[in-house]
Amino acid sequence: MRKNNSIRMDSSRYYHHLRRWLVGIIILVSVTPLLAISAIAGYQFRTAYRYKVLAHLSQVVDKHRANIDTFLNEKLADIQVLAETQGIPRLSDEAVLAELLHVLQSEHRGVFADLGLVDDQGVQVAYAGPFKLAQAVYGDAAWFKEAMESRFYISDVFLGLRGLPHFIVAVKKHWAGREWILRSTIDFMAFNELVENLRIGRTGLAFIINREGAFQTRPPAEMGEDAKLLTEWVWGNEVRGGKEILVPKTLAVEAWSPFNGAKPVVQSPPRVFSFTSQTLGGRALFVTAQLKEGDWALVVQQQKSDAYAIWYRTRNVSIAVLLLGSVAIVITSMFLARRTVQRISQSDTEKEMMTDRVIQAGKLASLGELAAGIAHEINNPVAIMVEESGWVEDLLEEPEFSGLRNVAEIRRALAQIKVQGVRCREITYKLLSFARKTDPTEKTVQLNDLVNEVAGLSEQRARFANVRVEKDLAGDLPLVRVSPSEMQQVILNLLNNAIDAIDPKAGGTVRIATRATEEGVVLDVSDTGQGIPEANLARIFDPFFTTKPVGKGTGLGLSICYGIIQKMSGKISVQSAVDAGTTFHITIPVAPGSPKGPPTA
Amino acid sequence: MEDIQLLLVDDETAFVETMTKRLAKRGLNAESAFSGEEALDKLDNPPRTDVVVLDVKMPGMDGIETLREIRLRHPLVEVIMLTGHATVETAISGMKLGAFDYLMKPCELDELVAKVREAANKKLGHEQKILEARARHIALRRGD
Repeated sequence: MRKNNSIRMDSSRYYHHLRRWLVGIIILVSVTPLLAISAIAGYQFRTAYRYKVLAHLSQVVDKHRANIDTFLNEKLADIQVLAETQGIPRLSDEAVLAELLHVLQSEHRGVFADLGLVDDQGVQVAYAGPFKLAQAVYGDAAWFKEAMESRFYISDVFLGLRGLPHFIVAVKKHWAGREWILRSTIDFMAFNELVENLRIGRTGLAFIINREGAFQTRPPAEMGEDAKLLTEWVWGNEVRGGKEILVPKTLAVEAWSPFNGAKPVVQSPPRVFSFTSQTLGGRALFVTAQLKEGDWALVVQQQKSDAYAIWYRTRNVSIAVLLLGSVAIVITSMFLARRTVQRISQSDTEKEMMTDRVIQAGKLASLGELAAGIAHEINNPVAIMVEESGWVEDLLEEPEFSGLRNVAEIRRALAQIKVQGVRCREITYKLLSFARKTDPTEKTVQLNDLVNEVAGLSEQRARFANVRVEKDLAGDLPLVRVSPSEMQQVILNLLNNAIDAIDPKAGGTVRIATRATEEGVVLDVSDTGQGIPEANLARIFDPFFTTKPVGKGTGLGLSICYGIIQKMSGKISVQSAVDAGTTFHITIPVAPGSPKGPPTA
Repeated sequence: MEDIQLLLVDDETAFVETMTKRLAKRGLNAESAFSGEEALDKLDNPPRTDVVVLDVKMPGMDGIETLREIRLRHPLVEVIMLTGHATVETAISGMKLGAFDYLMKPCELDELVAKVREAANKKLGHEQKILEARARHIALRRGD
């Protein structure tokens, strides 16, 4: 029992392992490629999509940089044309200046706020515009000093004398031995529009800063110190606090040259930086492009979540699908593994039972051989003993013994030896018949024929035992494939048992019936005898179990029947009620090729 | 009638010897043989034998073989099989080969004696019929 338990425990651990192993294999084999494909495709898509987004941004920025450069150059060119065509004397006349300003404003929709002529001392000689700036002195203004150093000049945005953000476009002209500067103020609002109209996605916006980090357009909300970092990135050598994303050459835009060949300026292509900033609400992308010959930089800022929106959405959907798929795989693998292991365990159990049965059959067979050997060997000595006792009996007949006192007692003892010798003989006969090799050749036979034959053999015996044998045989029984001699042995054993179960004084009935069922052909042998007590029912098929008087039964009959029926892959079972009778049922599979089931007729 | 010549064949010498003594006490003249070959030898050499009691299981030439040989050489001699294992098959094959009857070992001696007498009678009957037939044949020939 203990051994059995430990075997069962071992096997349950084995099945557990097997199940885990199956689950592991299935998951590994199905999830690994899924993950690999997702990772590879995801990475490729991400890279491609990112570069596409960045290339697009760079292109937009580059185009606007060009627009702004063009805008500035146009304004400068306008002023230059005025300076060249009108000449300083005419420009000194405020009426002329006012007229020119009017023309410029109507041509350019109010971009030019005012117009002024400044002499080399920084005094505004003539002025036309909304402010009272005639005779204003710019001698100390930064723009004036710088404007005096080159022919053209565009200032940074500053508040200036009037206290409003603006910038100045100035052209220097030499006339009458002195330097003159024709200057015009560019309306900040008009310029700002150029940049503010540039909006990308939900969060993308643009601004312009100069080298000092000062905003040249209206600044986006709260850049704070980030603007300083930005200038370092654009004009500095190292990228601190953020990270530059290098867009592959093939995707980068060709740098645009603002001066159409007349004055080619090679401008660096737009650069892309990624930056995490609390003030900007998370990670953001910055695309920068220098303009105004490197003085200013156009910056487009966009939150990454916005720029890469499609990528993020695709990624989330893919992860969801991946997770759901994995869960499905896990569930399926567990289900499959459980089913498979169940099947395996079932077949293992069946195999074990089969092995048990084979061992049992082997035991019975060797037991039979042993019994046969004993029977043969014992018979002769017993015969001799009986004969010798008979010889003593014969000798007692001699007259010389007739007077002896104990002759009667000796005779009784000799008679007893003879009786016991006969008993030994009976036992060895039974053992021999148990071991007797019947013809195991299987034939396709009609069970009814075998029943009739055996019933005929038992008729005499039944009559002596005051037993009536009734037969109720199904007319259209399918054929079975059995060894006829073994089957006869089974029927005879059952029949003899049934007859023995009936008290000859009271008499009774033994009924033999055959019928066809779904499972096969069924033979029932029932008697109206004494019945089998509950306690014995479980043991009746055990070898050597008998309730017959000593010397009457060997306890092998039913055991032999059991072995034979098992071998035919049939079933034998018993039903019994004490004092009511016993019924044995035998089910034998239908022979292949014989029509199955109960007859339809 | 009482001078029946019996041949007892069995490999168990103790059995044969005791049996011989007991049969002799009952007025049966019994010879003994301890194997099939010896039995055949004794049958071939007179004095004549009426009935053979033959054990089925013997080393060497077994009972059935011996029986077959006896029937072949001495068709008139009756054989009673003595079987240790009275399976129906051995009994039936013995009967088919012309044995007079069979008995299971150990057997009642009286039963055996009765069987032997019956067998001897049968043999006697056969012999008488043969004699009669021959006599009639001779008689008819004379009438020719």
